[in-house]
Order: sequence, then structure tokens, then C-alpha cells
Amino acid sequence: MEASHIQASGSALFGKKGRSIPCSSPSLVAHRCRNQSFSKILAVMAPSRSPQRPPSTTGSVKHAMTMTEKILARASEKTKLEPGENIWVNVDVLMTHDVCGPGTIGIFKREFGENAKVWDREKIVIIPDHYIFTKDERANRNVDILRDFCLEQDIKYFYDIKDLGNFKANPDYKGVCHVALAQEGHCRPGEVLLGTDSHTCNAGAFGQFASGIGNTDAGFVMGAGKLLLKVPPTLRFIMDGEMPSFLLAKDLILQIIGEISVAGATYKSMEFVGSTVESLSMEERMTLCNMVVEAGGKNGVVPADETTFNYLEDKTSVVYQPMYSDENARFVQDYKFDVSKLEPLVAKPHSPDNRALARECRDVKIDRVYIGSCTGGKTEDFMAAAKVFLASGNKVKVPTFLVPATQKVWMDLYGLPVPGSGGKTCSQIFENAGCDTPTSPSCGACLGGPRDTYARMNEPQVCVSTTNRNFPGRMGHKEGQIYLASPYTAAASALTGFVTDPREFLQ
Amino acid sequence: MATAWAPKAVLPSHLPKTPISPRRQSSSKLPIPTCHIHLKTLNRSTSRRPLLTPLAAAAADADLASSEPITSFHGLCYVLGNNIDTDQIIPAEHLTLVPSKPDEYRKLGSLALVGLPADSYPVPFVDPGEITSRFSVIIGGDNFGCGSSREHAPVAIGASGARVVVAESYARIFFRNCVATGEVYPLETEEIGMWKECTTGDIVTVDLPGNRLINHTKGKEYKLKPIGDAGPVIEAGGIFAYARKTGMIASTAP
Repeated sequence: MEASHIQASGSALFGKKGRSIPCSSPSLVAHRCRNQSFSKILAVMAPSRSPQRPPSTTGSVKHAMTMTEKILARASEKTKLEPGENIWVNVDVLMTHDVCGPGTIGIFKREFGENAKVWDREKIVIIPDHYIFTKDERANRNVDILRDFCLEQDIKYFYDIKDLGNFKANPDYKGVCHVALAQEGHCRPGEVLLGTDSHTCNAGAFGQFASGIGNTDAGFVMGAGKLLLKVPPTLRFIMDGEMPSFLLAKDLILQIIGEISVAGATYKSMEFVGSTVESLSMEERMTLCNMVVEAGGKNGVVPADETTFNYLEDKTSVVYQPMYSDENARFVQDYKFDVSKLEPLVAKPHSPDNRALARECRDVKIDRVYIGSCTGGKTEDFMAAAKVFLASGNKVKVPTFLVPATQKVWMDLYGLPVPGSGGKTCSQIFENAGCDTPTSPSCGACLGGPRDTYARMNEPQVCVSTTNRNFPGRMGHKEGQIYLASPYTAAASALTGFVTDPREFLQ
Repeated sequence: MATAWAPKAVLPSHLPKTPISPRRQSSSKLPIPTCHIHLKTLNRSTSRRPLLTPLAAAAADADLASSEPITSFHGLCYVLGNNIDTDQIIPAEHLTLVPSKPDEYRKLGSLALVGLPADSYPVPFVDPGEITSRFSVIIGGDNFGCGSSREHAPVAIGASGARVVVAESYARIFFRNCVATGEVYPLETEEIGMWKECTTGDIVTVDLPGNRLINHTKGKEYKLKPIGDAGPVIEAGGIFAYARKTGMIASTAP
């Protein structure tokens, strides 16, 4: 189809510099969607088993909007809006953590007053997760600042940790904020979530508008409950075809970022649709949305469906209203993928868009493997790694570090049987494979952190990691080299000591 | 090489560019400068202190048509490439520093750009032992400030004494944080490739109202995109200060 239009449409419409977007990949066809020729694909956008939806959430309104536009319209109490409009958005949930929370609180107090109250004690979620298991005094102090503030303000959702020696002694402690937000029912379709962390976009997996902001903006939200936002135009990614058994959502998002570059979605929303996306679990949808910021995206969204509703069933009692893109909504650009033709990928150092096939990097000798973070440290990520170790039966050849995202994930590693293993848990399989024992849940070495952070890269080594960024210094050492990969590829690489296509073990 | 362009500007050179508070002073609160000097006389590349930023030009100067405060930036530039992410601007290990605490704000300034790989960037942005940078202007390529949303990044740059970044484009959150904090002017070039033509240590002037950057060392001039509505917000010292100044919120903090 009209693949040649791909560059022109984006740059002409939105005035960003025309980046050359290679579209030689056989698996990708991109084309503009400004005409009626899309009705066939558009039909898959709303789930067929649709529950009763009021007219405002469906295509029956006159002004067609994307789901991101609709969520923002409702949050700004408008009936319609256009990309580029600046609007005041009512915030449903504000999240902050130990790295940006103290600064946010400082700004809130400075600007609203020492005795000011937050706008809504039940809509602020505070999650210590970054620098927890460290002797760094300032890092410990920052968690204390969060605790004092939450006590003072009677914040309802504060996932505290006091006993750093044994995380299990802290029943409230969760771990990585984005995964905790999902597990604790704070990610709800149709709502607006802002957080002081770039990977807040993770929650778009639930059909929520979720985006990262800075301390100053968060300080404003803390006091006012709203924020001035610009409505983003939407890029749509249509992924159809049966997902091969050796691929994970991480491969899909690395494919996309490699295609559109680390700035390809700057200021834009990314909407993921198609039969492949519909078949993904919630955790896999999170992986997809988690990394939209690595393409510069403002937010990512997956339309809510039965998978979403089932996940949320025992997690929240809040009434939410999912939003769906209208059939004739305007998308800046459409990208169409035949997922059945994709292969396992990595992002080579030092950029998440430095895409290569895993098998093309088979000569890259590695020093370590890291499985963890909001992107790649969820229960299913570890299940996937365990599947590879199980299929191989061999021991890892390089140190393999496992950092569960949350306490719930950690418990799953020790409690859930891995399918096809005869009842073994992930932890047993990891032990048999010679991996390091799964450590306390936190953001860990994904972003380096204090010097004493577990598995931090303190030497200029080569690491295959299920995390999200591989810019220089990301995991600690400035000369370290990080290959971003799926849990399958990470586990396969651990078994060989080289970057390895997981098909060597999974077929 | 100095160019013929030498506007009359006023230099609050008696003001140390060492912030005493994370709450940036509005330029309008600066003491009215009284001396006039030509920019070409300002080539103090050996100065240990950041060079004279910002230049609050005198509204009283009859040569200047506008009565609006004019801001320009002059001094040494520090040149970076494409996709400079916020981990390179301020590595995560330093995020324990809380920007709203004055002493930690200053510490952040001393650590600005410390995450850059030394083989690509052999000249440190902040010299060892210093708390501010001798470079006044940062020049970058595409997608400056991508990655983590940490507000510590524009804060570190602002606290280092550099008040302006000139790049081809910005990552969204970094741009927003620059404006919200009022720490840094995130200016964009009209055309791509300027960073390839500039060298760290070149003497440059960013002429904000004129929307141009002059590289005196190379004798070249570049067009910049207007900063637009973000300009007054940054000039006021961030969104809260701007909102107070314009009457959007109560004029003093409770």
C-alpha cells in the first residue's frame, strides 16, 4: 500500500523535521489514514463482544475522536477537542516515588504553603521503589520524607517500607511503581493518570491516558488536581497475525521503535490495535505501552476489552468508563505489521532504536544478563525466561540477575508452577539453571542507582537486559554496553554467553 | 574572530551566577544594570566563572526600540550531539539529591552533564572542584533531553549556570520541565546541523529577541525558532512565578 507516503505525512502535518523512516522491512506497511479505505481494518478496533456503551464513548457522536482525545475531552469537561489544543485536565490519579516525590513535595509546600492540604488524599499514590535496598543515607532519607508527608496528609495509598533487611516484613511494600499501580487497581480505562516517571505510560495498557511529568507539574497537580496539557495527535499501530511462539511484546515494541526512531512519536499518542494486540495478556500490553516514551511518545493506549475487564475484576471497585476511537477518527499515520513475519530483536548500544535481529548479533560475547524492571520484570517475563531454561536444561554461562518488579511478582516466582515443568516454580528452574537468587523487588539496576545497588554495572561490561533504555551509563558504568531484549532472548543469551536468538532453545 | 555585530548590552557582572535559592529570580528583579559594554569585549574564555548570563539589556538604552526586557546570553558554548538523554545530563545515582533543597540544588549544578562518556566529550562541562560551569550555552542536536522524566536534568543545567540550550529538537518532558521550572531556555534551531559546525569553547551569543545564535569564533550566524509563549514563563521563573505575576493565582505563596 502507499508506503511511500509514510515520511511526508508526518512531517508535513506536524512540522517536525522530516526524519528518514526506513520502510524496507517486509513486515511493515505504513500508510496514511485520511480516507475511507480503512474501514476494513477499523472494524477490529472496537472489540466485537461490546458491552452496552453510552453514545459519548462510541462512534455515534458527530465529532470523531481517537480514544486519547476522548479521554482528555471528558477529563477537561469538553464535548470535543482537536490535537494541539491546550486544555486543563482533571487528574484521576497522581503517582510519585522516592526519586521525584521529595522534590514534588518541596514544590507543593513552597507554592501552596507549609500547611496546605493535597487536593484529594485518595487520588495520590506514593510508591517507594527506586533506591530502597541501599545504605545511601540520602536515598533512605528520601523515603522518610515520603512517609512523613503521607502521614501528615493522610494519603490513602502509600506503599511503605521500613525494614530494609527483609522486604517480606513490609506487607504494604510493593516495588516498581508502574507494575504496582496495575496490580493495586489504580490503572482504569478512560481515566487520566499522571506520574513523575517517564514510564507512567505503562498504564496505557488499560486504555487509560497515562503520561510522565516533572516535579513542578506534579507539585501543581498535588495542590490543584489538574494540569494544562496539550492534546496529542495519535499514531496508530495495527498489528495483525498470529504471534510466533518465540516472540514477546518486547520484540513488538523494539520493532516499532526501530522503525520510527527514538523521536518518532515525540508529542504524540501511540494507539495499539489489531488481532495480535487483542490476543496479548495485560502484562504483555504493559510491555508494549511501557516503552512508548522510548519513541518520544506522550502516551500509549490499548483499547480495553474482556482481557482488561477480567484483570481488573478483583482489583478495583471504582466505576470506570472505557473510551474507544471512533471509526472515522483522524490518525496522523497508520503503521501495519504482520506479526507472524517478525523475528526476535535486540536494541544494540547505545539507543533503544538501534534495532537488530538477535541472530545478527550472535557473535557478541556478553558478561551478564539482567531480568527485571517495569518493562521486563513482571511475572510473565520470568515465566518466559523459565520456559527457555526449562527447554534447554543447561546452566547459564554468565551471571544472570533476577529482580522481580514487585512483592507480588516475587511471590509468584516462588509459588506459581511453570507450565510444562511438572509443577516446578520459576525459582526452582532458575536455581537449577545457576542464576542468581531472585532479589528484593525494586527498580534495581535498570537505571544504575546508588553504587551499592544489586547488579549495578560497575565495570564496563556487556549486558543483555529486559529493561527499557541503553543510553550510555544507564545501568551504571558509562562504558557499559546494554543490549535490550525480550525475556526469551535474555534467557537464551544467558545460556550461551552470547546474544542469542531464543529459537535455538524454543524450537 | 569577533563579528561586526555588537549590540549594546548591559552586564550584571557584579552578580555572581551562583544561585542562592532554587527559586530562580525573575530577571525583572535583578538590579538595574548601569554599565554598557560591547560584546566583543567580553571574550573572557579563561574565566572560571560562567560568563555573564543572562544579559539583561537596559530598557533605558535609547538604541533599543523596545521597552521590554531583553535577554541575551553570551559566552563559551558546550557542544553535544543527537539524543542526549537525561541519564547523561544527570546520572541516576545522583537523583537522591532533591532539587527543592538549596544546597542539593547547587550540588546538582556541579554534576551537570557528568554522565557524558569521557571519550566522546573529553572536556568536562563543570571543571573538577567547581560548582558552576564556565560554559554559558549548550548546543545539541536532535531529541535533546530524551529518556527519563527527571526534572533534575534541566535543574542541573540551570544550577550549573547555563541558562540556555540550543538544539534541533527536544524530548517532550524535558522541554516541559525547562519551562515549568524556568531553569533553562530550550531554544530550537531553524535548520539542522548547527551542532556539527560548532566546537566546544567557541564564543557564542544567543540573541533571544532576535531569534539567532552568533558563533563569533566561527563567524557564522544561525536562525532560531521563536520561543513563543514559553518565553515569558521562563523569564518569570517558571509556571508558578508566571501564574502569580500574571494574576492567575494569588500573588504570594500562602
